[in-house]
Amino acid sequence: MDSMTDLAPVDEAELAAILRDRCAARDPVWIKGGGTRIAPRRDAVLDLTRLSGVVTYEPGEMTLIARAGTSLAQIREMLAAEGQALAFDPPDARGMTGRGGDSTIGGVVAANASGPRRLFAGACRDHLLGVRFVDGQGRRLKNGGRVMKNVTGLDLSKLLAGSFGTLGVLTEVALKTLPAAHDQATLQFDAPTEADALALFTAALATPFEVSGAAWHGGAAWLRIEGLPAQLTYRRDQLLALLDRKGAQVLDAAATATRWQDLRDVRHFQGAMPLWRLLVKPTDAPRIADALRGLGGDLSLDWGGGLIWYAGPAAPADLRELAPHATLIRPAGLTAPIFPAPAGPVARLSQGLRRSFDPAGILNPGLMDG
Amino acid sequence: MSSIVMPQPDERILSRAPQIVAALRQALPENAVISDLVETRAYECDALTAYRCPPLAVVLPRSTAEVAAAMRVCADMGVPVVPRGAGTSLAGGALPTADCVVIGTMRLNSFLEIDTQNRFARVQTGVTNLSVSAELEPLGFFYAPDPSSQLACTIAGNIAMNSGGAHCLKYGVTTNNLMGATVVLTTGEVIELGGPEMGPQGLDLLGLLCGSEGQLGIVTEAVLKILPRPEGARPVLIGFDDAEVAGECVARIIRSGILPVAIEYMDEPCLRAVEAFAKAGYPKCAAVLIVEVEGSAQEISDQIARIRAIADALNPVEFRESRNADEALAIWKGRKSAFGAMGVLGDYICLDGTVPVGQLPFTLRRIGELSRHHGLEVANVFHAGDGNMHPLILFNANEPGQLERAEAFGGDILRLCVEVGGCLTGEHGVGIEKRDLMSTQYGPDDLAIQMEVKDVFDPQWLLNPAKVFPLDASQPFRERVA
Repeated sequence: MDSMTDLAPVDEAELAAILRDRCAARDPVWIKGGGTRIAPRRDAVLDLTRLSGVVTYEPGEMTLIARAGTSLAQIREMLAAEGQALAFDPPDARGMTGRGGDSTIGGVVAANASGPRRLFAGACRDHLLGVRFVDGQGRRLKNGGRVMKNVTGLDLSKLLAGSFGTLGVLTEVALKTLPAAHDQATLQFDAPTEADALALFTAALATPFEVSGAAWHGGAAWLRIEGLPAQLTYRRDQLLALLDRKGAQVLDAAATATRWQDLRDVRHFQGAMPLWRLLVKPTDAPRIADALRGLGGDLSLDWGGGLIWYAGPAAPADLRELAPHATLIRPAGLTAPIFPAPAGPVARLSQGLRRSFDPAGILNPGLMDG
Repeated sequence: MSSIVMPQPDERILSRAPQIVAALRQALPENAVISDLVETRAYECDALTAYRCPPLAVVLPRSTAEVAAAMRVCADMGVPVVPRGAGTSLAGGALPTADCVVIGTMRLNSFLEIDTQNRFARVQTGVTNLSVSAELEPLGFFYAPDPSSQLACTIAGNIAMNSGGAHCLKYGVTTNNLMGATVVLTTGEVIELGGPEMGPQGLDLLGLLCGSEGQLGIVTEAVLKILPRPEGARPVLIGFDDAEVAGECVARIIRSGILPVAIEYMDEPCLRAVEAFAKAGYPKCAAVLIVEVEGSAQEISDQIARIRAIADALNPVEFRESRNADEALAIWKGRKSAFGAMGVLGDYICLDGTVPVGQLPFTLRRIGELSRHHGLEVANVFHAGDGNMHPLILFNANEPGQLERAEAFGGDILRLCVEVGGCLTGEHGVGIEKRDLMSTQYGPDDLAIQMEVKDVFDPQWLLNPAKVFPLDASQPFRERVA
């Protein structure tokens, strides 16, 4: 059956009116930005793409404010024209999820989506300055602001980032923008095992050379460096001398851009297998990787070993036994919960927060409850 | 006298003081409970010294379990709890009430684990900010947030207030450098949020907790992100005869793609005071910027050359490069003595509003006008790269009415910060100081949802009472449980 109602508000006031009605009727909605991440369920789809447009972009203040439905591609282009970027380099989720669509900035924030640069620059939530959103009662709310330092009251912006719409529907986000790398290069090493890769990562990440990417797949390990031209040469030479590996290759800026875009978007694991994202302590990665291989499938590392991508047939329970922080990115037929269920007092607090923001339980109900 | 009102202490609690102290003593080891007035007086205020009130008792636990035991006693008996780090809050964040128990973190002072392979340090939160970097130095690492009280302030207080510092332009503030926390809830339950993994997973309760000013729980242990120490750092000093041009220079540096670790600004009244106090040899001009860059010697020279090109186009009075460590110290000397220099001139209130960087020139001009209107002098010294201002309002506390005038002037400045798109506080926190101004930045619903969040963590409203939220706004919540 496919009888989805499409709700597509054009502004925050209309969105608030819709949510007030849905709250009164206890009628759930399924929130959709670009639709690149999570498949909609039977409930009514709340489409936010008409709530779009850049409100303000001040390169000299490193500040961007955009409505939630604004296309990520448009924002990237606008920032690039000023030599700036979102430093957390959000991935294009389409390859991972096998879905179509056009990623929105609201979806990026709601998913706290962060690419390989998260290792060095922090996650999306670290660059989020403020939000406007509508809660499950239809209240129009704001938190944070547009300035880089702000400790005024409780930081609900952090809470909204990564809450996948379950606390409120984002309408506007303010993000810190940063100068894009002047120049970049990648050092590519042979690293047959995860343990080899981890040894490279821990050595490189203990240096002051600001390695902005550390990933591994299929016997190759990559380290990305960035900077002004003089910095880049210096960092490259220092790292090559320190790591002292035979056969290291240096990829130029163009090859680096392609390499890391592929890694960011997990292009190496497109296809029909379920795809999982496991967050682990980096030095645990080799042990967990060995165990994963025993369950079948293939894996890669990012974030210096702190992130394992696993594409394979393993049973969800086995995976979550190995790494409790396992998220199902591409179900590919699996019916397991996307997120692990919180337990104990944390579960009680999470449910309490949901009830405060969404007393009728109408916002993406059940999505994050495990 | 002072104009910030605290609620009347609860007589029902005061009358049971002996029983409360007895219950705490029973739950905790010898010497962990202080109730003698001579000793509790040491905890009567923080760095907002105009407000003082000795608590009913002080508890100084040595472990998470002891904090939990104290919290359970207080919750069972309905006694408010004021968490306290080192008491360096400039906002009254650790000000006690007469009917409260202060739970201090000063004896929670162990380093639990330093893991350079996974780049984190796990500490008890009573350790001081500076001691973390000192502990890490031999390993070639450091902890980035560096509030100016870092010699005394604790990690517990840094987490509660989401502290910043001079170097957050590049490294971010506490919330960007905090990976995990062990938290004691008002129920006495202990939860672990985050950890060595690069989370968060599920709702970001850690992000919510950081900067919550002791409203949600007490953090007893923390997992801190640690970073490799830079090879070197060097400041330059740039003087301008026009404050607005200095502001323009800040914006152009940021736009150029160089990201300095710090851009500090001092205006003419501040420069005068600093010159008299520290003889730092700064140029006599309208505004001075100190810009610090990091890296290898070559990287530093390269970045400084770029900054010089940007500054030269704006006709600076002086561009002073430090060629060695002594010259670098000389450049920082005046900036680091700025607050001391102000203290010599008299009493001052230090504000902490943040404005969009582009609004700095206008905001500075308006602050000058407000200074003449209120008849009180003001000096500006602040982190310009991120727009976090620290206007210092000078007054004489011994002259009746001056504190009130200074507070009124401060209120006007903070309202101005909000009007131009900024906020009330960039790194000091709301505490009691800015509590009643919260409604200038947030509407009734914006405040209500924050208080509803507190309600989830602290349904009895026992934690750090009468802070952060305007009293009239929090009244329905507090009365419901009274």
